[in-house]
Amino acid sequence: MDLSWMAWTWQTATFFGVILLLLVGMTVWEWASPGGAPRHGILGLDTTRGDRLFISLLGSAYIHLAWLGLVGPNLWWALALSIVYAIGVFRFV
Amino acid sequence: MDKTWNNKAWFMVLPVLVLVAFNAIIPLMTVVNYSVQETFGNNLFFFEGVKWFQEVLNSPRFHSSLLRQFAFTGLILLIEVPLGVAVALAMPRSGPWVAVCLVLMSLPLLIPWNVVGAMWNIFALPDIGLLGYVINAMGISYNFTSQPLSAWFTVVLMDVWHWTSLVVLLAYAGLVSIPDAYYQAAKIDGASRWSVFRFIQLPKMKRVLTIAVLLRFMDSFMVYTEPFVLTGGGPGNATTFLSIDLVKAALGEFNLGIAAAMSIIYFLMTLLVSWLFYTLMTQSEAEG
Amino acid sequence: MTSVKEGLGDKRSDVLMREQTTPPPASNAAGLRSASVMSGRGREARFLWLVPTVYIIFLMLPIYWLLNMSFKTTNEILGGFSLWPRSFTVASYVEILTNPVWYNGYISSISYVFINTAISVSVALPAAYAFSRYRFLGDKHLFFWLLTNRMAPPAVFALPFYQLYSAINLFDTPWAVALAHCLFNIPLAVWILEGFMSGVPKEIDETAFIDGYSWPRFFVKIFMPLIASGIGVTAFFCFMFSWVELLLAKTLTSVAAKPIAAVMTRTASTSGYELGLLAAAGVLTIVPGAIVIWFVRNYIAKGFALGRV
Repeated sequence: MDLSWMAWTWQTATFFGVILLLLVGMTVWEWASPGGAPRHGILGLDTTRGDRLFISLLGSAYIHLAWLGLVGPNLWWALALSIVYAIGVFRFV
Repeated sequence: MDKTWNNKAWFMVLPVLVLVAFNAIIPLMTVVNYSVQETFGNNLFFFEGVKWFQEVLNSPRFHSSLLRQFAFTGLILLIEVPLGVAVALAMPRSGPWVAVCLVLMSLPLLIPWNVVGAMWNIFALPDIGLLGYVINAMGISYNFTSQPLSAWFTVVLMDVWHWTSLVVLLAYAGLVSIPDAYYQAAKIDGASRWSVFRFIQLPKMKRVLTIAVLLRFMDSFMVYTEPFVLTGGGPGNATTFLSIDLVKAALGEFNLGIAAAMSIIYFLMTLLVSWLFYTLMTQSEAEG
Repeated sequence: MTSVKEGLGDKRSDVLMREQTTPPPASNAAGLRSASVMSGRGREARFLWLVPTVYIIFLMLPIYWLLNMSFKTTNEILGGFSLWPRSFTVASYVEILTNPVWYNGYISSISYVFINTAISVSVALPAAYAFSRYRFLGDKHLFFWLLTNRMAPPAVFALPFYQLYSAINLFDTPWAVALAHCLFNIPLAVWILEGFMSGVPKEIDETAFIDGYSWPRFFVKIFMPLIASGIGVTAFFCFMFSWVELLLAKTLTSVAAKPIAAVMTRTASTSGYELGLLAAAGVLTIVPGAIVIWFVRNYIAKGFALGRV
């Protein structure tokens, strides 16, 4: 089967690879300590660590878009900001 | 209900997972790949980084279709939700008319979307359509193929016609689940009709109304077929909503990079709303 | 053995009873009537029926106009405005039912809708059972991910779908459309079925397993009859959502498997004023929905009450 229409690049492959690794990592974590560490965070939501990962990733996507739209194409700062945000989410939400 | 912990349940979910993943993940990966590249056909691609995203985020065309999309969604929510609740409140609670009402009201929901568009096209034509003819006969100039205002009026009215019944059905389902005892208590307290609505019916309908608002939000956010068949996005770009614009860019102009970047931004918006929807639903279930 | 079976029978009738209460109990009506009477506005309540009546008339007007147009001759349509067909004709219907371009459109639409409904319901059944009875690693996130596909705009997927289904040589076949519609119909089916299954007491499963039933035999012989109405409602909604969708169906077909919807849009855009034909084709697409909805009328409110459509 010809897959050239999917037009892979090493950049996007890395991106999906990282996402996949995150999911595998979460599965291993969940397997090692089941239950997902549920808690009632500052947003007033009951979240498990899977939810926190999702909130981090979705928020990071929006941070990148906002940076691109408002500041400029240098996304390393947006990435740094996203990591800070993700740590915050895992710590407090 | 207490559920048993059983990881073998994954095998029961597997067929669903494979089929949906095939349809969702491969296309999504492809869209991400296209969004960072330039193509000149023949599967020749050149890496462009985030150029397309920047272009889309700063393009007036995207801004205006986004703005139109929000205006449309806001407008139909403002009309459909109160109207749907009002109709549901006035509906009979029992008797032979209930089934008749329900079937007749559901009918618009079950008509193919392009037929809805075609039907309203015929209905609103200024010379031979009932709606267009009547409005023009009243002395108001109306032509949805040439006047943006008429086009908007028709598109919104069509959506109200098509989807208000969904709100009615949801609100009605919420209303009939209210136990009789609540009304008895209100009677003893001598409550007015307004307070019955405000303090008994509205709180009991909160959950179904949340569902109604969110479903209408999402479905109107991806509206394509009906306005496309009715107006083709025109006159000019007056009724070009996000999906119409996206399909124009992707299949009409074959602008893969731009279309893919737009798709991702669009998808992220719906993902956020889906998450809000799911969170609200599950958290309200947890609270009872 | 017999006692267990009787027990199952009892529970089964219990579940059925609960389902039959879907139409609202009469006491509610009395309650509401007293609620409006006690507020001293009996006159207002007497005219309350006007609201749904006016609303339904509003709903019926465009449908009437479509019917009206479908029975007119082209000359009459072009001749001007008229509230009912002066020279009544069924020529448009005859044309559609005898011209292969038109009736093949119906055949391909119906074939992909049926294939899709069969696939969606059969794979969703075990999955919905898993979600309603068990907890497993990542279950909630999986459920959420399924739902996002019900919410995602088909326009986002249109272009890669075209290439994906071309790559696996299914382009322009009913199978392509049927599989593509699984994207939103499977999540929908899982969601609705899960709601119905959660209403069945878990003791039924446990009794059957103690009784020596294997899981597949239990599922087909005992569980599926219990949620038969749920399966019916699910099949109905899969049928409808596949039937009303156009964007993907149009993208994934060109000539051989062109759905009726695409035939209609092409007629509308190319030949301008064949409105009579277009109207008749429209009327014929409403008929299946109208028939099916009559059969599930008592369950529709319940399907919506679950908030799962």
